[in-house]
Amino acid sequence: MDLNGRRVVAIGERDGVTGPSLKLLAESAGADVVFSVTQCFV
Amino acid sequence: MAGLGQATVTLLRPSNRRAANLETIPLSPTPAILSASYALSHAPDLVRYGSKPVREIGRDPSLLPRIAGSLRPWDEVVAYPPNQVFIGNLAPEDLASIPRPWYENRIDSASPSGAFGRMVSQPALYGLMKLCDDFDLLAIDGELAEQAGFDLVDFDHRRGRITGVDPAELRTLAEESAGLDLHHDGRMAGFIRTVHDQDEALTASVLLENLAGKATAVLAFSDLLRNSGIGAGEIDYLLNCGEEAVGDRYQRGGGSLSKAVGEVVGCVNATGSDIKAFCSAPVHALIAAGAMVAAGVHKYVVVLGGGSQAKLGMKFGAHLRNGVPVMEDCLASMAFLVGPAGGHGMELRLDLAGKHPIGAGSSPKAVYEALVVEPLVRAGLGMTDIDKYAVEMHNPEITEPGGSGDVPRMNYRTLAAMAVLRREIGRGDIDRFVAERGMPGFAPTQGHIPAGVPYLGHALEAMRRGSLDRAMIVAKGSLFLGRMTQLVDGVSFIVERPAVARRTG
Amino acid sequence: MDLEDQANVNRLAETSGTDGMVVLLGQPDANSAGLFAETVTRGDPTWAGPLAGVPLGLPVYHVLEPEIKEQMDGDLYDEHVGLMELSADVEEIIKWVAVYRD
Repeated sequence: MDLNGRRVVAIGERDGVTGPSLKLLAESAGADVVFSVTQCFV
Repeated sequence: MAGLGQATVTLLRPSNRRAANLETIPLSPTPAILSASYALSHAPDLVRYGSKPVREIGRDPSLLPRIAGSLRPWDEVVAYPPNQVFIGNLAPEDLASIPRPWYENRIDSASPSGAFGRMVSQPALYGLMKLCDDFDLLAIDGELAEQAGFDLVDFDHRRGRITGVDPAELRTLAEESAGLDLHHDGRMAGFIRTVHDQDEALTASVLLENLAGKATAVLAFSDLLRNSGIGAGEIDYLLNCGEEAVGDRYQRGGGSLSKAVGEVVGCVNATGSDIKAFCSAPVHALIAAGAMVAAGVHKYVVVLGGGSQAKLGMKFGAHLRNGVPVMEDCLASMAFLVGPAGGHGMELRLDLAGKHPIGAGSSPKAVYEALVVEPLVRAGLGMTDIDKYAVEMHNPEITEPGGSGDVPRMNYRTLAAMAVLRREIGRGDIDRFVAERGMPGFAPTQGHIPAGVPYLGHALEAMRRGSLDRAMIVAKGSLFLGRMTQLVDGVSFIVERPAVARRTG
Repeated sequence: MDLEDQANVNRLAETSGTDGMVVLLGQPDANSAGLFAETVTRGDPTWAGPLAGVPLGLPVYHVLEPEIKEQMDGDLYDEHVGLMELSADVEEIIKWVAVYRD
């Protein structure tokens, strides 16, 4: 899967990789992050 | 109640008591956590009013009998191993050797009274709410009131407030007023009213959350006084760290529960305020309490937190789907006494408090570097110089059915990975690090309750026995949930056995 | 998955289509990652949210997957994912996300 140019929905987790972190990483691969969120289960 | 007696004496001679306190405070006392107290209040009939159940039952009323059919009876709640750890009858290490599922491997002849905590049944919870109710918000029937009074003999000074009405009167009240029906033992046994129909902050559901938080905090706090032997009148300041939003429509959540709780337990010489920081609030509050003691502002500060009604039954859907009991059935509460060390308790190393600063970034590496590594480096210590870490101590049996995993285990593995990156241990040592310096989660999923602090009671006992020298309490908070920032939060502190603190301080 | 977030993903898919859309996950646990992957492919398995019975069929990947990692900036990756690479059960997470993707 080539992320470059793709529209990415980033679903992170507080104790894993957060939404803002996934956004940064996906953008470094050339993706357009259209939605990012961090989930907290507790 | 011994504490109340002393409070009365103080009330008569407040200036003398204050002067006596000032004389005994050294210039810069070392703060210590002197005592810890925990409580679990069984609330099976309040599960339906948890935030998640109330919304889901509204959509699908057939869920209500299914939830009711999956709730545990009182004796199973008492015998549930994680609950026994929470009140101090079992050590966290003991829990690690009990096979899962814990709800099936119950402790025979378990007691609701523990070394530093207790469990109370639902009538006692209703009774506590009744004796905390200063605005006639709550009515209960006579049978429930009688049972509640019987269960709360140690609250003699307010027990007279636990009065009941006859069932017909209760029904009329419910028909004529806005509010919520309350249940017990298969019947409608109470009613909590909405105070103001145009004030969302004073609806029955919000008031139920706040009253439940107040009542359960009173339970843990009064036990703290009894167990520590300190008089209620000796407490100078209160810091509530619960998550309930007390206030009215002009300042929703801006109010305070500290003095409300302190009033019930007789802390006539105390004032207080609330610290809000999501799940990490207790650790923020303990650091603030320690700082107040160290600065000589106050001698004795109590940090307290009541139960979270909103989180009852939060994961009921996953529990029903997986055929396991609905285990979020208790309101948890806690209280901690912070004062001058004087060779007692656990010394609170304020010089080694950790924080997650705004600019640190929210990657796990950045969070743990700030919370754990930075304070240790400052002290010239390594990660393996901490005997036990207490992270978020959520009971995995509650979280795993919903796919949320084992939260403490993941946190401990992340800490171990941090030690690998720092070359303090090898990659092959991760499991051992987790087993030796971690523990299984045993706290109910009650918001601020699980954030590291459920271990403090065990740490105190272990330090008294001499089997623990140093522990680090690490808490994180999900600030992003309030939609005001994407940030996470976190704070930490180190507690030490007094002899150890003198060597390294 | 949080119901509000299910609604957001559903709205994005409805308003701008699923062409060229990819879901990227960051959960530290295989069960949790699997649950999210299932939700954005087959629909909400808990039947509680807006994606219940809505099989969006979105391509879904976890940030730990090698083909994703190799496209990202190395320093950023070490900073944001490095610790989880060491602590999480990487193979198990990748396996469960793949189960729902394929």
